[in-house]
Amino acid sequence: MKSSFFRFSAAATLLLSTAVAGQAETIKVGVVAPFSGPFALYGKQFQEAIEVYQAQHGTSAGEHDIEFIYKDSGGPNPDQARSLTQELLIKEQVDYLAGYVFTPNALSVAPLLDQSETPLVIFNAATSAINAQSDFYLRTSYTLWQVSAPLAEWAYEQGIRDVVTTVTDYGPGIDAENAFVTAFEEAGGTILDSIRMPLSTSDFTPFIQSIREQSPDALFTFLPGGPPTFGFTKTYNENGLREEGIMFLGTAETEESNLQGFGDAGIGLTTAYHYSADHDSELNREFIAKNVEMHPDAVTNWATIGAYDGTHVIYEMVKNAGADGPAAVESVLGLEWESPRGPLTMDPETRTVIQNVYIREVERDEDSGLLVNREKGVIATVGDLGWAE
Amino acid sequence: MSLLLNILIDGVAYGMVLFMISVGLSVTMGLMRVINLAHGGFALIGGASCHWLIAEQGMSFWLAAPLGVAAVVALAWPLERLIYRRIYGFGDLQQVLATIGLTFLIIATVNRLFGSSLLALTLPDVLAQSVDLGFRTLPLHRLIVIGAGIVVIAGLWLLIDRTRFGIRLRAAVDNRATASAIGINTGLIYSATFCLGAGLAAVGGILGAEMLPIEAYYPLRYMVLFLIVVAVGGMGSISGSFAAAIALGVLDTATRYLVPDFGTIFFYACIILFLALRPNGLWGRTA
Repeated sequence: MKSSFFRFSAAATLLLSTAVAGQAETIKVGVVAPFSGPFALYGKQFQEAIEVYQAQHGTSAGEHDIEFIYKDSGGPNPDQARSLTQELLIKEQVDYLAGYVFTPNALSVAPLLDQSETPLVIFNAATSAINAQSDFYLRTSYTLWQVSAPLAEWAYEQGIRDVVTTVTDYGPGIDAENAFVTAFEEAGGTILDSIRMPLSTSDFTPFIQSIREQSPDALFTFLPGGPPTFGFTKTYNENGLREEGIMFLGTAETEESNLQGFGDAGIGLTTAYHYSADHDSELNREFIAKNVEMHPDAVTNWATIGAYDGTHVIYEMVKNAGADGPAAVESVLGLEWESPRGPLTMDPETRTVIQNVYIREVERDEDSGLLVNREKGVIATVGDLGWAE
Repeated sequence: MSLLLNILIDGVAYGMVLFMISVGLSVTMGLMRVINLAHGGFALIGGASCHWLIAEQGMSFWLAAPLGVAAVVALAWPLERLIYRRIYGFGDLQQVLATIGLTFLIIATVNRLFGSSLLALTLPDVLAQSVDLGFRTLPLHRLIVIGAGIVVIAGLWLLIDRTRFGIRLRAAVDNRATASAIGINTGLIYSATFCLGAGLAAVGGILGAEMLPIEAYYPLRYMVLFLIVVAVGGMGSISGSFAAAIALGVLDTATRYLVPDFGTIFFYACIILFLALRPNGLWGRTA
């Protein structure tokens, strides 16, 4: 520990000296994300998004060239993430950090950021608490509060009064439950029951049956992507909850990389989220077209857009302040820009983007025959609602 | 009353899925005594080829499912001849290492070919509907799985206890040297049994896919489940695995209905307690 601390301060000094000398230099950005294992798709999507941004905006910002260095963090593994970040800072001497899919991975590097004064742009990790740990965190994804709370308010406005929440029993699930329950009860609704399902659940029938017996107006759920989401929604359909009039309310469950796997069972699922690949804007269509042109098998979803906008923030920082970390962060607070997902503002207080949250319904697109998250409207434009909790 | 019925129905349905996905392992690990951690890999190959045939080749589920199983058997045969034949003679730890290595190879291959997202097996409309039981509905495919489970257990019992092949298999497993000395072609018996195990893994992977969806990391994600069923059932006992799967299915389902907050703690605590009292499982034969 002692020796790594020593090496660290040496590196910090080195970084500072390069910063002072740094005019029209190559700026290095270290991207820490999973490139192997079950979550490898996210790393691939981050890289695709960065490449699309570079193809559209060139490989230099202001007078500086920008170079990206990728490191494979595997899954949720804070020790690994920290040592890779250390390696990037010391050996590669990066000026910026980016990526970070998992909350524990992002949290583990907070002291490194403070010591080396390196800005880190989070492309995904969605727990509100992260940004409070260091002033060098910036986030271009979303937080669970940001999408769950507006969904609760919207549901109440739609005449939904009784809800059962049923979330997977782990950090993000509990975050989502808290956000939804707080907002829904504040609006005047009743939470009949809050079920927490074990992470390893493979048969969801018992939970679905207990919800059915309580016959609420809607259920709110949060599930990790992949098999659990698939199993839960299948079970929801097959046990006739839809026919009973129990509405499905979710957030990331119908995200694009798993959407086609649902088949017709997915049609009609209602979610609130900050990005749909189906978003109706010229910018979004160009963005997806470019992504597919460069990477024919690419799926564009929240991971792609988070990284794309994150790259934009990095470019802006480099343009404004080169390798000077604190000045770079300062220069983008309050930054406003138009993203393929809609208008964005970097909130000066929480350093998470203020963005539109859309209400969407899964539909089968008539032209392509594929399932899409069709946006039914903007339900709120919000910053990180979980910041003060 | 309806709660009890719910627990029973869902428990048996879940237990049958557990049985179907682990019966192949009961055959390779239970009967042949090879610690085959690559079991889930065969289920994955079966499911992935079935997915490919349906999604890319436009086949119907009815045709794709048997072809998927056939593909796994066709792959298992040379694999047994080339690799597993050597693994039989290894010690326990070496078997674990060799077969888990094989699992990683399978995962990486599927990941390379299909990516790490979900590989859905689209069911024909007939199977996708729900059956009305009066007080609730049950998806038809679960009934099919229950039926298939009964057919498999009956078929295996007949094969192992009532046929000449079964007698030879049991002889070969119990004492390979003596069995070959009296003229049993043990090599062939082992190959055939291994293919049977792999084929059953594929059947389980495909039929269980509605509950345990197919994706590249399937073999690792559900490895603990397979192993629990075989361990609780007792090595070498197909009927033990069957009873264990149903009991575990009902236990797990009951916990979720009655004490959802306990999560999986109760389930695993029961298994630990049971294995502490009966290390050889329900019907386990002591080695």
